Amino acid sequence: MNKGAVILIAEDDPGHIELVKRNLWRSCIDNDILHFKDGQEVLDFLFKKSGRAKTDGNGHYVLLLDIRMPKVDGGEVLRRIKEDEELRKIPIIILTTTDDASEVNRFYEMGCSFYMIKPADYTKFMETVENLGAFLSLEGVRVPQINGAG
Amino acid sequence: MKKEGIILIAEDDEGHFELIKRSLQRAGVCNQILRLADGQETLDFLLVRGDGPKREPDKEYLLLLDIRMPKMDGMEVLEKIKQNPDLKKIPVIMLTATDDPRTIERCHSLGCSVYIVKPVEYEDFADAVRKVGLLLSVVEVPQISDAKKT
Repeated sequence: MNKGAVILIAEDDPGHIELVKRNLWRSCIDNDILHFKDGQEVLDFLFKKSGRAKTDGNGHYVLLLDIRMPKVDGGEVLRRIKEDEELRKIPIIILTTTDDASEVNRFYEMGCSFYMIKPADYTKFMETVENLGAFLSLEGVRVPQINGAG
Repeated sequence: MKKEGIILIAEDDEGHFELIKRSLQRAGVCNQILRLADGQETLDFLLVRGDGPKREPDKEYLLLLDIRMPKMDGMEVLEKIKQNPDLKKIPVIMLTATDDPRTIERCHSLGCSVYIVKPVEYEDFADAVRKVGLLLSVVEVPQISDAKKT
């Protein structure tokens, strides 16, 4: 992925966030990773309402998004981002425990890039995130610059 | 991606297509892989029209899409797919030589899942597609229903 691109992770489960970060690093991701513990935090960051410091990134983002989160859930986050002319360009990968086919359909309809189910099995969870990380670490993967975000 | 899911590769270069197909298979992908040789054939396939091959109802499809193709380029194909209520759910992975940031931006605005610049070196190209294959083994792909049935 572009050097300087930042991986945003919206995930309320503290165990899962550690697992995801660790396995992304294992697959040689060296991009900055920013963690948001609920949907409101990530929306505030992207819509520039929070006091969080601007990252060193130059506005290239990919978002890993859980569905079940407090305050604002992943579906609402996805909807609001995809409604925005500028932010809609951010690739959003759903990473969730929900394995309902109608949810898969719904999220692709709303414009997610991919929908990934977190396996219950620890080893398979690691493999899932490692495969994602190996893909994102490809030099050829390009995410667009977002103006005015973060 | 379930094993019944079909991977569509819209690629006019036969050599590239063979390399992509082999690399996916080396990553363990055992899904059916279908080649569409230009943009027009790709759209006709998805819209179930014309004389060539056509998609079947109630199947999972994922599209790897080159941009520079005869008859209709990949960006126009992407735009038409994402404007179509039945087809917009199809995950579209841009796999193209173009590394122009404006093209990357436009493809994301139109709704591509991800954008990959084809590496120049053979080994790097094969490795990139192999990692796409590993990613596909851990993503869910929506089913595209037959519009005529509804």
